[in-house]
Amino acid sequence: MPHPNPAPTGPGLIDPRGPRFGAAITSVLLTVVLILGPGSVPGLILLLVQTLAFASGSLLGLQAQPWGLIYRRLVRPRLGAPAELEASEPPQFAQSVGLVFAVAGLAGWVFNLALLFWLSIGFALVAALLNTLFDFCLGCELYLLGKRLAAKPAIGQADGAQS
Amino acid sequence: MTGVWIALAALALALAFGGYRRLTDGRARKVRTAPALDAARLGAPLGSQATFVQFSATVCAPCRATHHVLSQVVADTDGVRHVDINAETRLDLVEEFGITRTPTVLLLDADGVIRNRIVGAARTSDVLNALQQVDRAVAA
Repeated sequence: MPHPNPAPTGPGLIDPRGPRFGAAITSVLLTVVLILGPGSVPGLILLLVQTLAFASGSLLGLQAQPWGLIYRRLVRPRLGAPAELEASEPPQFAQSVGLVFAVAGLAGWVFNLALLFWLSIGFALVAALLNTLFDFCLGCELYLLGKRLAAKPAIGQADGAQS
Repeated sequence: MTGVWIALAALALALAFGGYRRLTDGRARKVRTAPALDAARLGAPLGSQATFVQFSATVCAPCRATHHVLSQVVADTDGVRHVDINAETRLDLVEEFGITRTPTVLLLDADGVIRNRIVGAARTSDVLNALQQVDRAVAA
């Protein structure tokens, strides 16, 4: 008898609730990191864990993202099938954006730059909360802007072509 | 203690921005500057009454929902066409019309003049209202 709620299949398609679940874990971790503050060793360890999670999602793909693994192993089997599948590129891009902020936050911790730490982790938390609460993918919105910038000549041309 | 305040500020910012987006996304807004787009540059024929030009990305969940809404509306209305463009392949149009997000929908009248702009997942009621104002056949 076939499984009533088959897991998403198809090249590059994922259950959109996976990244959202992952963003909830990320939000909790980053909140704790903020509360512990720069200089806290437990905070540094949590931040390292989150950075590695971003790195695996960004560099290895969403199937290797640990929070996604938790979702598929423990949460997904308890839910019904997703209403719609989603392409994996935008959430993967969002993981890269998260990675940049997390690495900046780590640098802030290591080099004792409190402002860099607060700003980086603060913005990463905003992005994760938007994803959790509103299913809004900040990285996905930046995707087209990134393409536009990449398509422009690297030097010289200011972004003055707005209508 | 600083961290608690920053976490609260992040939460407030996320709620404000997300709430604002939830209110404004998918609304049809009138375009007053009235730039135009013809079939040659669009790369597809215009509808005799109106044309929806949708900018999508390969990777955009609300684009699919918008495509579905517009396909339905077009199927129910004569003389209206729906052109779904992959924004990455038409960066010239993206630059020209200042498209910053996908999905963005431009509603063209019979002459190709851009009359409405819908940013974010399009709402059916807004789409129909905008179309009524543009399409004389529907309005009549």
